[in-house]
Amino acid sequence: MEYSAGNVDIAVVGAGHAGCEAALAAARLGMKTLLFSMNLDSIANMPCNPNIGGTGKGHLVREIDALGGEMAKCADKTLIQSKTLNSAKGPAVYSLRAQVDRRWYQAEMKNTLECQDNLFIKQAEVVEIITGDSCRVTGVKTHTGAVYSCKAVILTTGTYLKGKIHVGDISYSGGPDGLFPADRLSDSLREKGIELLRFKTGTPARLNGRSIDLSKLTEQPGDEVIVPFSFENHVIEREQISCWLTYTNSTTHEIIRSNLHRSPLYGGMIEGIGPRYCPSVEDKIVRFADKEHHQVFVEPMGLGTQEVYLQGMSSSLPEDVQTEMIRSLPGLENAHIMRSGYAIEYDCIDPIQLKLSLESKKIPGLFSAGQINGSSGYEEAAAQGLIAGINAVNMIRGREPLILDRSQAYIGVLIDDLVTKGTSEPYRIMTSRSEYRLLLRQDNADLRLTPKGYEAGLISEERYKRFLDKKDKIEEEIERLRNTYLPPSEEVNALLTSLGSTNIRSGISIAELLRRPEITYRALEAVDVDRPGHLRRDDRRKYDPVAEQVEISVKYEGYIKRQMIQVEQYRKMERKHIPENIDYSAIHGLRLEARQKLAKQRPVSVGQASRISGVSPADISVLLIYLSSRPECADD
Amino acid sequence: MMFNGKGSFGDFDTIAAISTPYGTGGVGIVRISGPGAFGTAARIFKGRRDIKEIKSHTVSHGKIVDPADDRIIDDVLLTKMDGPHTFTGEDVIEINCHGGIVVLKNVLSLVLRQGVRAAGPGEFTRRAFINGRMDLAQAEAVIDLINAKTDEGSRAAAAQLEGRLSERIASARKSLIQLIARIEAVVEYPEHDIEDITGDIVYEGVLKIRDELQEISEGFERGRLLREGITAAIIGKPNAGKSSLLNVLAGSSRAIVTDIPGTTRDIIEEYINIKGIPVRFLDTAGIRQTQDPVESIGVERARGAALSADLVIIVLDGQTGLLPEDLDIIRETAEKKRIVLINKTDVADEERVQTMKKRLRESGDPPVVVTSMVEGTGVDELAETIERLFVSGDIGLNNEVIITNVRHKQLIDEAISSLEEAEAAHTGGLPLDFATIDIKQSAEFLGQITGESVTEEVVNEIFSQFCIGK
Ligand SMILES: Nc1nc2c(ncn2[C@@H]2O[C@H](COP(=O)(O)OP(=O)(O)OP(=O)(O)O)[C@@H](O)[C@H]2O)c(=O)[nH]1
Ligand SMILES: [Mg+2]
Repeated sequence: MEYSAGNVDIAVVGAGHAGCEAALAAARLGMKTLLFSMNLDSIANMPCNPNIGGTGKGHLVREIDALGGEMAKCADKTLIQSKTLNSAKGPAVYSLRAQVDRRWYQAEMKNTLECQDNLFIKQAEVVEIITGDSCRVTGVKTHTGAVYSCKAVILTTGTYLKGKIHVGDISYSGGPDGLFPADRLSDSLREKGIELLRFKTGTPARLNGRSIDLSKLTEQPGDEVIVPFSFENHVIEREQISCWLTYTNSTTHEIIRSNLHRSPLYGGMIEGIGPRYCPSVEDKIVRFADKEHHQVFVEPMGLGTQEVYLQGMSSSLPEDVQTEMIRSLPGLENAHIMRSGYAIEYDCIDPIQLKLSLESKKIPGLFSAGQINGSSGYEEAAAQGLIAGINAVNMIRGREPLILDRSQAYIGVLIDDLVTKGTSEPYRIMTSRSEYRLLLRQDNADLRLTPKGYEAGLISEERYKRFLDKKDKIEEEIERLRNTYLPPSEEVNALLTSLGSTNIRSGISIAELLRRPEITYRALEAVDVDRPGHLRRDDRRKYDPVAEQVEISVKYEGYIKRQMIQVEQYRKMERKHIPENIDYSAIHGLRLEARQKLAKQRPVSVGQASRISGVSPADISVLLIYLSSRPECADD
Repeated sequence: MMFNGKGSFGDFDTIAAISTPYGTGGVGIVRISGPGAFGTAARIFKGRRDIKEIKSHTVSHGKIVDPADDRIIDDVLLTKMDGPHTFTGEDVIEINCHGGIVVLKNVLSLVLRQGVRAAGPGEFTRRAFINGRMDLAQAEAVIDLINAKTDEGSRAAAAQLEGRLSERIASARKSLIQLIARIEAVVEYPEHDIEDITGDIVYEGVLKIRDELQEISEGFERGRLLREGITAAIIGKPNAGKSSLLNVLAGSSRAIVTDIPGTTRDIIEEYINIKGIPVRFLDTAGIRQTQDPVESIGVERARGAALSADLVIIVLDGQTGLLPEDLDIIRETAEKKRIVLINKTDVADEERVQTMKKRLRESGDPPVVVTSMVEGTGVDELAETIERLFVSGDIGLNNEVIITNVRHKQLIDEAISSLEEAEAAHTGGLPLDFATIDIKQSAEFLGQITGESVTEEVVNEIFSQFCIGK
């Protein structure tokens, strides 16, 4: 039986990391928002590794925070280990990563949702998207027949759509982490003419940590200083727990090799395409046959549990093989497996059917975010959820969508990659995907994006003021460093000598001195007598974002300027708009493939067109020539 | 972008042009491309078979006849080629004429009178490019081919067309991508036990690739010479034998030669192919103090020509020895590339010639060639000296990658300077990531020649080379 269950502004389907951000953003922007989850106890679940951040991903978390999202704050509250990765490789690739207590994180996020005005949470399976005139979304229907009218729907269903679990030769229909799959929604989307892809991902086994002999493993402790994800947090004092490292060996590899025929991946039972960056252990052994060892990290799942996650051992081999291979690892001889590893196949939307706002090109009012868009990872999901949430609101209010471009944010890179290039495997963000990564640092995410978050309405006046104040302080200090000269005094030269730097013979600005690689901002404190009090530090352990920003901006100024020039070049092509009504079949000289791709994807700018696979530089020349012959297509 | 986007691309009309280099012998091609190519040919070509019946990609012998007055213009070979398997992707007719440039022009204007439009520079190539028949580097090479002035020039362009340049650039670029992937793998997966890449390894790799690019870039100077040629001014005091030199080089009596000093008044020029380099020789008035207003203008012009030439050939009279006027000229041209000829050695006193040589060594030591225009000796040595001066190194022309395109040269130089920045980043002690930015930029510049972008390739390379991921 179908019944009318009421009216909301926005329905969010799925309460994973994308759904939570989308729902919070929508509700915070004043929309009556209804968030569906098939099981309220799995809100913000981490069915894979219990950590947040990492290379590229840590950048996303900070960008989410700068735009007014929740992930960073929740992670800061519940992290049990923190690390800054790549700290020696340059500021563009510094990345924060934290192990979080999974259950704690879920509880925090659920509570945040519950405390949010305008936000309603409902345990139900959405089985149908309802559309009206010109395909516009008008509502959703649940498995119990409840019909909710709404103006926008945000799909954030993760890996649930037609989920199918594989453990060795056993397979059954199911969602992640022992939950139910969502089968009917997938059909509803297909009926609406949305093309679906079939992807696959996998996860390793979980063990009882008490069954591991840690003395045979190498300890991997957290960093001494916890650098928070959120720009709103400054100090986190917390006791941290360690991860542990062990290695596979020839026995492990032998066990895997002799059982490959029982793997659903090699046996041809899985049709979905898996990600290259998250290979199963059997994959690694087949593809890199001459590698004798592979690392395996033991990561605690939380404080109130003994369960540990076995990073590096993702597998869909049968249970008995998993047990045997895990027990071949040093220290894991008596390991007790609590949950087996599995591969999961699921339906997702081919993201090239989306606009850069994450709205469907075909069905107005239908947004989607997260794994359903072909991405993987909690952070990638949350980032899209936030943008989809903001843009659903913008759509309802008749405002321009928030679109971040590739030079503004990793979120922009992520969405542009998905929407423009599409993806043939679950998509993971990487710093090497960004052309301008020296500009898109995690440390300056707030400088880049807080104004956008403020404009969108997710940053409070108070926070914005604090932000402006920080910005002023940074600028003032940079200015001061440029205009403050140190004399070639004995004191200064003694300091320089002690830092392994060459002496100065005449006065030199602090900024100039700071460009020397061996000299840090902190180190100059003693001779920099005019340094403002708030930038002086007695407690060297504490992390100071203003000092960090000043140091990076001054030290790497030359490089930063060069990337900014490149960004100008890039923007030129992005500004060349392609009229919506362009008829690609009328443009002579486009190759057939390019003509078809362009007609299908309808890029908004020449820049976007140039990134579509199958569109060559020659096609772009043709397009440019064509556009320049049409006066209405002048740059704007 | 290579084209400025002028002109309509709605419907392609039919275009025609002379498609072989000007002035390089008698044979040349008039090429017609577009939907009207066959129709036009049918009206002006009289062969054994009608155009309609001629098979695609075959050569037919016949005559070009003006349908207006049945006048025969030339005896030709005509090639018919059905689109899209042609250079431009369209229907193409090529008419091989051998009556020299005048006949070529006549055939072309006849074609144009049939309602065909004269092609703009590089327009054939542009169509080829637009019709997907060639990549950017190839397209540009062809444009050079069209502009090439000598055989060497066209061979260089042809070699480029065959993709030698693309090949070498692609290989340098591939090395860069692999280097980036190595760095990126470590950066993206900091905790994986892949061999850490040190700044020194990166530095070494960068140096190697930079050298490779440097070599490619150096091919450009040579390429430019092959394409554009050089100008050589022949100067010297009256009666030294300048005009005689020009005539010997040209193999004809191009300039008037008399034993009256001051015979040549104005500049006489002649294009002569010297070892594959097109050289524009300028014969000038003998330099001396003179009351004659006409001659003094000539002397001025001679000085001007010497000043702006790429090469100055100073002719000395071996009979007279080194006079103060000669020394003046030698001093004035000290900054230029130059060759000094000691002429008339058939009649000059051997000892005097030796003294001249000795004094020349003391006066700036320019390259000296001993010649006799009457006997024709020393001319080969002169040619060799010219080649040596302009084409450094002794690599055989055919094995070398020659860049003849300015845009490519610029991009390669930019790629080189990006690599130099990467070196500086390393030696300056900056973190690895900065060098990466420069190396990526360098690969990006090279990609602009071949039309590829870096990011996707790096990601692919990372996953194919390294076992990483959780
Ligand atoms: N024996 C001999 N006579 C030469 C040689 N080269 C030129 N002559 C003669 O020298 C005279 C002058 O030669 P030109 O070539 O006209 O000299 P020029 O330098 O052009 O003289 P101007 O035009 O008057 O400046 C002519 O009678 C030539 O035949 C040579 O190598 N040997
Ligand atoms: Mg003369």
